[in-house]
Amino acid sequence: MFTTILVVALSLLSLSLLGSIYRVIKGPSPADRVIALDTVGITMIAMVGVLSMLLRTSAFFEVILLVGVLAFIGTVAFAKFIERGVVLERKRDH
Amino acid sequence: MRTNDVILKTATQLIIFIIIIFSIYVFLAGHHNPGGGFIGGLMTAAAFVLLGLAFDIDTVKKTIPIDFKMITALGLLIAVLTGVGAFVFGANFLTHTFDYFMLPLLGETELATALLFDIGVYLVVIGVTLTIIFSIGEDQK
Repeated sequence: MFTTILVVALSLLSLSLLGSIYRVIKGPSPADRVIALDTVGITMIAMVGVLSMLLRTSAFFEVILLVGVLAFIGTVAFAKFIERGVVLERKRDH
Repeated sequence: MRTNDVILKTATQLIIFIIIIFSIYVFLAGHHNPGGGFIGGLMTAAAFVLLGLAFDIDTVKKTIPIDFKMITALGLLIAVLTGVGAFVFGANFLTHTFDYFMLPLLGETELATALLFDIGVYLVVIGVTLTIIFSIGEDQK
């Protein structure tokens, strides 16, 4: 019973992952694609959580936190590139 | 145009400490759990890259006033010395051992010499990653 619920949740999450990937490919502007990629990262965190419940292990909990940090840093880097044109500035002008 | 990114800067000042504490946890847990020197070093480097994203490269250089190439060399030196140190006890190169000690706060703890080798890996990964990223970042005028 519990396994069935987890498998259903996993398939719903993979459907939402497919929706996000459609937006990554189709998205008209770069900002749409960046937000869709961020959503892909968050959905992957949820899938790893459900999968670690399905496999009855706590070995993947670091992965959850790691993907969260990496998705945040990647989104910030993309947002800064879209707004300023550079990712790492040498010196601030303000 | 003057941009105001006070939200990013304030959030960064908080998040950096969380990332560094998480990286140190992953580094120390690597003996019995997933983790270790490589992923811990990458997470620490990611924290400093986030600092460079929110502020600039000069701020990172002021925060860590050490040449990153020196960190790489120090890590390699530590890793080699843990191998050479086995010669002192008449063992083969890179022979590692462990023992149980009573530490004041932690109680009985297993201390392995593999941790010293992992510190070398940790420093090398930090140094190489930050050297690569900041060399590329300083390339533009």
